Amino acid sequence: MNIDDKLALNLFHVDKDPHIRVDQEICRRCPHQLCTYVCPVENYTVDGDNNNVVFSWEGCLECGTCRIVCDQGAIAWDYPRGGCGVSYRF
Amino acid sequence: MEDTEKFDVIIVGAGPAGTTAAYVLAKAGLEVLLVERGSYPGAKNVFGGILYTPVLNRLIPNFWEEAPVERQIKGIKIFLISEKNAVSIGVESEEHNQPPYNNSFTVYRSKFDSWYAHKAQEAGAMLITNTIVDDLLWDGGKVVGVKARGEEGDVYADVVILADGVNSLLSKKAGLRKELKPRQVSLGMKEVIELPREVIEERFHLTGNEGIELKYMAGDATKGIWGGGNIYTNLETISVVTWMSVEPLMASRYKASELMEHFKEHPFVRNYIKGGKTIEYQAHLAPDGGYDFTPKYCANGLLITGDAARFLNASIHYEGTNFAMASGEAAAKAVIEAKKKGDYSEKGLCSYQKLLNESFVMKDLKRYRKLNRFAEANPEFFDGYFNAITQMAVDYFIVNELPKRQQEFRMLKSFRSNLRRCHANTPDERYRHNRVTRAFSRICPLIRFLWQCLKGGISFI
Repeated sequence: MNIDDKLALNLFHVDKDPHIRVDQEICRRCPHQLCTYVCPVENYTVDGDNNNVVFSWEGCLECGTCRIVCDQGAIAWDYPRGGCGVSYRF
Repeated sequence: MEDTEKFDVIIVGAGPAGTTAAYVLAKAGLEVLLVERGSYPGAKNVFGGILYTPVLNRLIPNFWEEAPVERQIKGIKIFLISEKNAVSIGVESEEHNQPPYNNSFTVYRSKFDSWYAHKAQEAGAMLITNTIVDDLLWDGGKVVGVKARGEEGDVYADVVILADGVNSLLSKKAGLRKELKPRQVSLGMKEVIELPREVIEERFHLTGNEGIELKYMAGDATKGIWGGGNIYTNLETISVVTWMSVEPLMASRYKASELMEHFKEHPFVRNYIKGGKTIEYQAHLAPDGGYDFTPKYCANGLLITGDAARFLNASIHYEGTNFAMASGEAAAKAVIEAKKKGDYSEKGLCSYQKLLNESFVMKDLKRYRKLNRFAEANPEFFDGYFNAITQMAVDYFIVNELPKRQQEFRMLKSFRSNLRRCHANTPDERYRHNRVTRAFSRICPLIRFLWQCLKGGISFI
């Protein structure tokens, strides 16, 4: 089961503003790009051609792993607005 | 909300810690505001699967009669698995089908946390949802309220209790803790999988509302990363969980989401899940290595509880919800005492620390404090050793034409060589151990294995 199918099962109230901001310039020069491995919903992916980290925040489960793993200061992480983001039903 | 309105206590986060504090304080007649960022309590909350309830059952006796619980957990089955072999041990008791059901229940957090917060409301607490707190309000060196995002604005109180979960951005902003390090947290991923009730009961050998927990310790469940997998039975779903410490996960360069799939497809897991339909995917962090990393959890006008204060027993018991509730209750009691004295300074609230030290919270955190360091220093324990142990067990029961004594000799010989392989002369091994230890573990791998088991056992069990 791939991650997009899993995320399609969850209930999200997507805010219009992202709650995580990623500095692409820092990511391009990042030696490890570990966020692309640890994010449980694969919100960070490497664009192979130019080593860019592509980031989407809509499927974020707000776990905070990327915030802890990023030691380059590229991620500005906050919770989404009250009531927005994921709403677990179970 | 009026700017001038002032509460006795504001609690940030309506999880088990925050709601317990709210319930106890409201019962004592204090004016309490409970703030939750989700649309309802539980909307943002994830746990493995078992709610531990000794504290709850004391606060609300026989709560299971009205609370939305799924199954009472009558036992646990622990698996050590390698790629092809498995060893398991089960502990069950019929006694656990009687009240208080060993204080272990599976629940859906969305339902349970909502119910619990409703109990706090009934007791007189005020609950607001859909509201995120961005910062604390300070007056001099004392916390005097919270700054909510949006229309709620600034709200004032004598004391603020933080129960804002493992990421606790607020305690970081307050300067009470440093930024979390990867070695201080575990990442847990969970799938809720739907199966017909009869299938669950047949597959896990259950009747009525009985439930069971399957616990897979590290090994091939997490490809050797310090962590594990779990299956919990709910009434009409099962929760399948994989969790792993973030630092070794980073070092392994495996994708977290792929490890979850690896666990679900493992030969000793997939038969339990077979035919099920995933209906939700969750992920959350859990605090690891408790005692040595607890922040300053008591300040002027501020107390920190639950995961935010890293109160979680990350040993073989892996209990969190009861630590949250116990710390929430202790915080509430400390505030009640401070109100009597009219002193909300750090000194006035210090009975929180005393109550925690006297309870199982601090005693257990202290007892298992070495576990995190052990896991970090001995990665072979969760990978190679598990392979060797399960292989030995399989070899013991192998059927062939050899006399048993000869087969046992062969088993020990292969066990020894498997251990030796774990102690192989890798760069990592050279980094972690000096020349004498390495030479010794090549000559007597069994002695080192037993010594490690002893050390690991003491820190883990």
